[in-house]
Amino acid sequence: MIELDNVAYNYGGAELFSGLDLQLAAGSFHFLTGPSGAGKTTLLKLCYGELVATSGQARLFGQDARGLDRDAVAQTRRRIGVVHQDCQFLDHLTLAENIALPLTVSGRTASADDLSDLLGWVGLSKQTEQFPPQLSGGERQRAALARAVIMSPEVILADEPTGNVDWEMSQRLLSLLVELNKMGKTILIATHDISLIRAAKAQVSARVLRLKDRRLQLAGADL
Amino acid sequence: MDVLNRLLELLAGDPQADRAVPPTGFTARLTVLSAAAMAFLAVFALALSLATGRLADRWSAELAKTSTLRISAPQDQMDAQTRAALTVLQSTPGVAEARPLSADEQRALLAPWFGPDLPVESLPIPQLIEIIEDADGYDATGLRARLQAEVPGAVLDDHTRWREPLVEAASRLRLLGIVSLALIAVTTAAMITLAAHAALAANAQVIRVMRLVGARDIYIARAFVRRFTLRALLGAAMGTTLGTLAILLLPRADAAGGFLTGLGFQGWHWLWPLVIPALAGLVAFVATRQAALRTLKEQS
Repeated sequence: MIELDNVAYNYGGAELFSGLDLQLAAGSFHFLTGPSGAGKTTLLKLCYGELVATSGQARLFGQDARGLDRDAVAQTRRRIGVVHQDCQFLDHLTLAENIALPLTVSGRTASADDLSDLLGWVGLSKQTEQFPPQLSGGERQRAALARAVIMSPEVILADEPTGNVDWEMSQRLLSLLVELNKMGKTILIATHDISLIRAAKAQVSARVLRLKDRRLQLAGADL
Repeated sequence: MDVLNRLLELLAGDPQADRAVPPTGFTARLTVLSAAAMAFLAVFALALSLATGRLADRWSAELAKTSTLRISAPQDQMDAQTRAALTVLQSTPGVAEARPLSADEQRALLAPWFGPDLPVESLPIPQLIEIIEDADGYDATGLRARLQAEVPGAVLDDHTRWREPLVEAASRLRLLGIVSLALIAVTTAAMITLAAHAALAANAQVIRVMRLVGARDIYIARAFVRRFTLRALLGAAMGTTLGTLAILLLPRADAAGGFLTGLGFQGWHWLWPLVIPALAGLVAFVATRQAALRTLKEQS
């Protein structure tokens, strides 16, 4: 699905990480952890083509990311659902319109039933006509997850999806992601929430990768 | 054809895409206002161009078909030389008609300078003969040679000397009108490009989100292009309507008014202003599309 081979990324002249290898196989579940500023978000951006590696090769669905033109990047992103840390909603659109946006921009229309089912799945059936600023942190994160899966992508990347929610809500979001993995989706979650990782490992076989000292390592058995 | 198809497709619209990009009041008003102002000016430039075109054609046609023969001779020889000149003219191929101007006609010609009561008969004023050519025209050089031999006091004026500058002046005015139209189109494109840039910059975050969820650049560009094309069409339609009304309200053309009151449209030329909103829409479409795709490329 997604492969990073000996990838390095420099930001502002400084090396953020280098010699990084990562393979996200179909149906796998990965956590990416590490201290703040280690480059977790940057690594995710490399995985969905928002950034291009300074050196090494990033392959998205078998294609070298460096060789993709802008249209090909757009096509690739339709196969990857991303839950952004700050959700990235359009505040002038309703929740339903925001969630349906990936379909809209690809020229498709969300059926009312499908949209209703999806909103029910994330527990937001009553908020469809609300605007993003009217939603709580947990509601926004669930809405972001709903938008990430509406195109039925093969890969779901989540950047600190539980960063702004309480324990109960984080468990609910985790269960949704585990459910998606059981449906065959490939999951990569960037988080510094150790309790979330432990809770996930009780439900699913997950690999935990740690980004530290500019290298990506497999985390120890304590996780 | 490709551009036309894209334009029609664009006008058909995509309400969902339109919703994705929030409306921006300032650039919307700016685009409508500038398109209206430019269309208003374009109506006048078009009217100027058409009116001077008509003028150039008329002067060219009228003056090209007439000439004047001036006979300067002592009073006692005037009639004989006039008759001789008429004889020469009547036997000249290409001359359809030759007619000496009457005393009244000559008085009328001089009236603007000497007043209406000029005693033409008692003054040593040359006799003028109006020559009207047929479709083929005559050989001016040959006629001059014959007149020199048979009517020593005759001077042939085929109007070339002063017809050419007049026709050239009218042609230049027509060119000025066309250049003005081109400048108006370029200025409209520049203003719409600036407004589109401002709208794109103001919506950078919207564009980023749309890209993150898989929008292609052409999809994002189309949302902006449609908006600006419709605004330019609306503004230009308003400006064209006002400009045409203003032309309609100009005083009617008459002999006293001359060129200025002839500024306007005649016959089917009244349909020409309808082209202005369509052209403004086309200019807006091309300008916004270029600006949007360039800006999106820069932002990627």
